[in-house]
Amino acid sequence: MDLLYDTLFNGLAIGSVLVLAALGLAVVFGLMGVINMAHGELMMLGAYTTFVVQNIFKAVLPEALFPVYILVAIPLAFLVSGLVGLLLEKTVIRRLYGRPLETLLATWGVSLILQQFVRSVSSAFAIGLVLAVAGGLLIPRFTPKRWWHQRWTPLLGTGSWVLSGLIGIVVASLLGEQRTLDQPWFSARNIDVTAPTWLRGSIDVGAVNMPAARLFIIALTALALVAVSWFLQKSVWGIRIRAVTQNRPMSACLGIPTQTVDALTFLIGSGLAGVAGVAVTLLGSVGPNLGGNYIVDCFMVVVLGGVGKLAGTVLAALGIGVLSYIVGSGSLLLVWPAMPEALNGLISFFATTSMAKVLVFALIVVFLQIRPAGLFPQKGRMVEA
Amino acid sequence: MRKTSLRLLCGATALATSLSLVACGGGDKASGNFDGEVKVGILHSRSGTMAISENTVAEAELMAIDEINAKGGVKIGGKKLKIVPVEEDGASDWPTFAEKAKKLIDQDQVSVVFGGWTSASRKAMLPVFEAKDHFLFYPIQYEGQECSKNIFYSGAAPNQQAEPAVDWLLKNKGKDFFLVGSDYVYPRTANTIMKEQLKANGGKVVGEDYLPLGNTEVAPIIAKIKQALPKGGVIVNTLNGDSNVAFFKQMKAAGITPANGYSIMSFSIAEEEIAAIGPEYLEGTYAAWNFFQSLDTPASKEFTKNFKAKYGDKRVTNDPAEAAYMMVYLWAAAAEKAGSVDDNKVREALVGVSFDAPEGKVTVQTNHHVEKRVLIGEVQKDGMFKILEDKGFVKPVAWNQYVPETKGYTCDWTQKRPDAGKYKM
Repeated sequence: MDLLYDTLFNGLAIGSVLVLAALGLAVVFGLMGVINMAHGELMMLGAYTTFVVQNIFKAVLPEALFPVYILVAIPLAFLVSGLVGLLLEKTVIRRLYGRPLETLLATWGVSLILQQFVRSVSSAFAIGLVLAVAGGLLIPRFTPKRWWHQRWTPLLGTGSWVLSGLIGIVVASLLGEQRTLDQPWFSARNIDVTAPTWLRGSIDVGAVNMPAARLFIIALTALALVAVSWFLQKSVWGIRIRAVTQNRPMSACLGIPTQTVDALTFLIGSGLAGVAGVAVTLLGSVGPNLGGNYIVDCFMVVVLGGVGKLAGTVLAALGIGVLSYIVGSGSLLLVWPAMPEALNGLISFFATTSMAKVLVFALIVVFLQIRPAGLFPQKGRMVEA
Repeated sequence: MRKTSLRLLCGATALATSLSLVACGGGDKASGNFDGEVKVGILHSRSGTMAISENTVAEAELMAIDEINAKGGVKIGGKKLKIVPVEEDGASDWPTFAEKAKKLIDQDQVSVVFGGWTSASRKAMLPVFEAKDHFLFYPIQYEGQECSKNIFYSGAAPNQQAEPAVDWLLKNKGKDFFLVGSDYVYPRTANTIMKEQLKANGGKVVGEDYLPLGNTEVAPIIAKIKQALPKGGVIVNTLNGDSNVAFFKQMKAAGITPANGYSIMSFSIAEEEIAAIGPEYLEGTYAAWNFFQSLDTPASKEFTKNFKAKYGDKRVTNDPAEAAYMMVYLWAAAAEKAGSVDDNKVREALVGVSFDAPEGKVTVQTNHHVEKRVLIGEVQKDGMFKILEDKGFVKPVAWNQYVPETKGYTCDWTQKRPDAGKYKM
């Protein structure tokens, strides 16, 4: 019996990380059909936000407040990742709706940019970047009005971006001469996010040992799920999002601002990635490559669950969690010690973490042969593919 | 008015651009009193997942080169040669290492290449160096079972790190071992050796698990450790890179800590990695290396002081950096002894060359490895090691004597025989 509880708890623990990481992707991929390869990097930004919040608490605020930094980091990470996601939507994704392959390539490029940004950002670099972006957006507004209706007006935008880009580069390299401004904020090294003491211990319930960090992640996941499903089912904007998902032209006809809906959906999906980023700092390392460790698992969960269904995402993630725990820990051997030799050998062959992953993937491939649309296929007529 | 401000802006931009170009183009280094130059290649990952570790190694090599140049360079036949490093980025990608090695040898015509970190990168470069009969200096502790004429290994062989560490654990900490590693050539080979060693010395392997590189989901491993070692025991960790962070954070959460009777020994965690993982998770665990920053000798302190002066006060030195630093000096000493920077002559002169390295006086052996000091340390609160045992200098063994397939084989490049790299003793 203890073994059963143990398996369930650990399966839930692995699964809840997957749910949390995949939730934002389920929103973006499921509702908008955008293959967002930068999802992992949005998680990474959430993790780095946690790092910054932690350092601010350490340096500025009284020590008694330190244990709650992680609670402050959650909404901030949502905000940071959400805003970056919004920027991404406004600049890149918006032009690529309905072209999933192009979004895949474009967002993959964005993911590389974000990784490199975190590695090399320094004060000089940031000032240069802000100048360049602000210049690109603002310079056209300060040009004479009669320039705005010329044959060459479209060139004006490009010209101002080139100009402000140049200004940014020059300012960054000039400021970079200063040693203090040239110091990278995070550099390529992994950084240390220290969990507050109340998240470092564990609680024993019966014979099951439950690490506090895992319990925290499970609770956070439950909260995020409730919030997202309430938002999609009950709130006005949630209903609009679902309407646009099902039939975009008709929604537009009925006066739903589809562009705002798109932006909002992307913001929420990205923000959830940020929250997941906070959670994973409790488990593993925080570095520029953090996102790459999760992106494949996230897509696996969303595809297995059935695109567009939150329930499918949850069930798929928990299923994968329990399955990989059972296979990886070899607990079948304990339940049935007297099993035949051949079976015993087979199970112990797969009872290492890397082989368990192989088996789980193989089972998913087989499952998708039988049910290509996942656990919960989208029902009803869809106008947009 | 607006027109003028725009024009002004353009003018300012143009001016600033030209200024920055001047700033970038300047700075031609004074050539000093040298009679010539000798080019050496430096090939480490300066980007990608391994950059964290390899940057330090490359920096240690550059520091050694600067020091040698400051003392007048390499002195060959009364001439002073300035060492000029040619840097390339292996980008944490093994085929790139092979490609860049080719470029350094053919295009830049370097005399020697200092490079590599993971065994995978070394295995990728090995065929290039053998085909071109060139010379690679490799500074990292590795799994052994290799002895190439074209590679010089300044890191520890298993009998200079893993084996003494296991002996120490058997003697002081217990007989039940759980082995955890990343899923690639180094941990698998190292664990094969350890299993044979434990079998021969009365220890027992109660479990073994491998994690794909970069994976952070360690819950199944922790469950297995708890099943196999419910009351404490020895855990040997050969995880590499990011997985270590997840492993130690979650071990601590699950109560598998030194305070609860678990002795954890890691082979890939040095001062640099401790800073990244966080000392609070590692305090009380063990490591075996040939050099610790806390090693209390004048040479060690000098090395750390110079490194900090050059690269910043917050930086730490560690074993791979020390091995990288010493191999540049060993190469220079061998070149001076040979009276030439030609790779074949340096190779012959290298055997027997000594250097007062930060860890102590090291001497190159006939199997292209170095006799090294073996130290066992315990991680302290401040992220440094307390040295628990100094086993003194140990001679390197390339072909492992515990593994049945290589038992009785040896390597001696001073022998004039075709199979000098691996022959029966």
